[in-house]
Amino acid sequence: MSRSVAGRQRTALVALVGNPNSGKTSLFNALTGSNQKVGNYPGVTVERVSGRMPLGEGFAEVIDVPGLYSMRAVSLDEEVATEVISGVAEEGEPDVLVCVIDASHLERNLFFFSQLVGAQIPTVVALTMTDILKSEGHFVDTERLASALGVEVVPVTSHKNLGLDNLKLAIERTLAENIKPEVDLGFPNVVREPVFRLHERLARAGVDVTKSSVREALLDENAPLNRRIKDLPEFKTAFDEERAKILGETAQGKTIDAQSRYAWAGRIKAEVSQNPNQLSRGTSDRIDAFLTHRVFGPLFFFLVMYLVFQSIYTLATPLMDLIGSGIDAVKGGIAPLLERWPLVQSLVVDGVVTGIGTVLTFLPQILILFFFIALLEGSGYLARAAFLMDRMLGWCGLNGRAFIPLLSSFACAVPGIMAARVMPDQRSRLATVLVAPLMSCSARLPVYVLFIGAFVEPRFGPAWAGFALFLMHFVGLVFAVPTVWLLNKGVLKGRRLPFVLELPRYQWPRARDVLVSLVSRAKVFLNTAGTIIFFLSIVIWGLLYFPRSDQADLSYRAQYTQSHPSATTDELSKYVDARRIQDSYLGRFGRTIEPVFIPAGFDWRLTTAILAAFPAREVVVSAMGIIFDLGGDIDEKSPDLRKALAKATWPDGRPLVTLPTAISLMVFFALCAQCMATLATIKRESGSWKWAAYAFLYMTALAYGSAVVIYQIGSRLT
Amino acid sequence: MFSLKVSDPTKKTVCGLEGLCLGSKCRVICVDTNGQTSCRLMEMGLTPGTEFTVTKVAPLGDPIEIDVRGTRICLRRKETAEITVEKVS
Repeated sequence: MSRSVAGRQRTALVALVGNPNSGKTSLFNALTGSNQKVGNYPGVTVERVSGRMPLGEGFAEVIDVPGLYSMRAVSLDEEVATEVISGVAEEGEPDVLVCVIDASHLERNLFFFSQLVGAQIPTVVALTMTDILKSEGHFVDTERLASALGVEVVPVTSHKNLGLDNLKLAIERTLAENIKPEVDLGFPNVVREPVFRLHERLARAGVDVTKSSVREALLDENAPLNRRIKDLPEFKTAFDEERAKILGETAQGKTIDAQSRYAWAGRIKAEVSQNPNQLSRGTSDRIDAFLTHRVFGPLFFFLVMYLVFQSIYTLATPLMDLIGSGIDAVKGGIAPLLERWPLVQSLVVDGVVTGIGTVLTFLPQILILFFFIALLEGSGYLARAAFLMDRMLGWCGLNGRAFIPLLSSFACAVPGIMAARVMPDQRSRLATVLVAPLMSCSARLPVYVLFIGAFVEPRFGPAWAGFALFLMHFVGLVFAVPTVWLLNKGVLKGRRLPFVLELPRYQWPRARDVLVSLVSRAKVFLNTAGTIIFFLSIVIWGLLYFPRSDQADLSYRAQYTQSHPSATTDELSKYVDARRIQDSYLGRFGRTIEPVFIPAGFDWRLTTAILAAFPAREVVVSAMGIIFDLGGDIDEKSPDLRKALAKATWPDGRPLVTLPTAISLMVFFALCAQCMATLATIKRESGSWKWAAYAFLYMTALAYGSAVVIYQIGSRLT
Repeated sequence: MFSLKVSDPTKKTVCGLEGLCLGSKCRVICVDTNGQTSCRLMEMGLTPGTEFTVTKVAPLGDPIEIDVRGTRICLRRKETAEITVEKVS
């Protein structure tokens, strides 16, 4: 079963190919189980999913190639997929293609199959959805189909593990006997004759190509063979002449290829299906009558979205708290053991363990969101949601599928950005990834609560405070729309794809597919984004810890006891903590760039708190606690911190935080990119630091600009 | 001033899917292959001569879903300007 390469046996490479929604991924999960590896194709963002499956005596590597409607690639995903099939990709030519054909959409799936013939690779057909056909009283004659295609055809029902062994045996036979598809597409003679002539001429000249690639080159100027013959002028003119003749003779020259293939697919379909009636979509249509209804459709959609959002928001919190207290317990357990080495203690407790904690707290949200996405995708509802929302999001360059990533970003941008992968179009996906962090995530809430509680509520009362909190959630959204529009005008390159969406039949989501997707999402997050978040946590810890010396600590103590002779040990240690952060590298940096933030109304203390909150926005509250001598164990509802903020002054005695400062600071936090987890996830999902840097720069510029404008106008009005 | 035009109201030629309403049945007459989306539309089965039915219209009027060759695909009306269709019924 393994092909011998340079005298050595290697594992066979099996590529699973087929239309989107053909059941390809379910089959892949059934064949490989939990033996899956998720990575990226080299240099691009397209995810490469591969796995090992037992085959014969040994194993074979299976790649789940992104879904394709044709071998003429438009999007990046399609480009990668066609490269894998034609053997240009890094892993080399696949030993065998398993073409997944959805029996309930036979014509379009056969159209794709007809394009695989040119690749001249041993092929097996896995026929899916035959159970649906059967329940509707339809039937596909697999033997006739096999003889029409020239390859083995195996019906499979992935979720019941039916037909998998037959498929594996067929793969082994196909490999051993080198069975390649052989079909007569029945092109008209105006095409057939010149193909024959040119193929002969090329063969005589020693150019070894298949007839189908000659035909392709004849009908389409952009076909790969045309690049090869560019340097052979006699062939180039021959091809050009023949092409001109064909286009002249038939009214619809360029459509001839698709027309002939679909005509062939139609003939095969008529030949192999016993029931001439169209397959009914009774149940699916009845459900759709409600779910895509003018009124009930959007209502149900918002209900589903509300449920998803509430679940991320509420179900994740206890799990995150559990992880938080687990991390605290670990810290409490480790800290006393390292008492004698304060540097190591701080590194382990505040650096390493806190870093791990930061990474882990994202997992519940990611898993909950992807659980829902797997359900929505597996059932077919996700496509309906995109259908319903496309008009609302389409005009500014996003598409209907962007709704889920954007909504989930209101809970947390990390799972939101990861969810952008539901969009097949790279351009809208990147646009969504870049604006998702503008949605007001739950980590901004403590900042809003603190400042609204301290500066809005006392002046305007609780009703206005609630309204202010509500308004703050729209700040990012208001900026997101023009941002997407601008991104699409100027920054994002690449072709905008036509919106072609298929609404598949409704199905029950399969437990295995849901589970596999959850496990792979968790792995991807921990392996890539998680690692970056972890290392950045340690860097930030270092910037806040160093330089530290016993002499400095002693002089802080001396100063404090001199000015406050009756100070308690607690007050003293809080003061020392505050001085340590002020004199750390990060604190010094905060002082240095204070002039930059003065126009926005922030002094060096607020600036340092903002800088210290780079790992995660919510840290700003405890950072302020430390900086204002209150210690780090403080939360946004603490009256002490509110009082300290209200009492703080500029060196000349003016109050530091006034209403304009409070609003400017909240808007700054609503728009800034102070979240390394988000940036790490953007890097992971877009494949480069470039886009993470881009997001950071544009968001910081937006945040800073808005804060300055608000403070400058606000402080003149009051 | 009156020109006698023989027009058959059932054989109305339309460019793209702009004016089609729910339930209309159409046939593709020709596809302008110079455009961006024409290839994708043909790959999805909308080749000249193919009949299709409009099976859904989104709440805001766009996109629409059509049934072509037994598959259901959604398209934005504006992005189908490259195909010319005639109403069958």
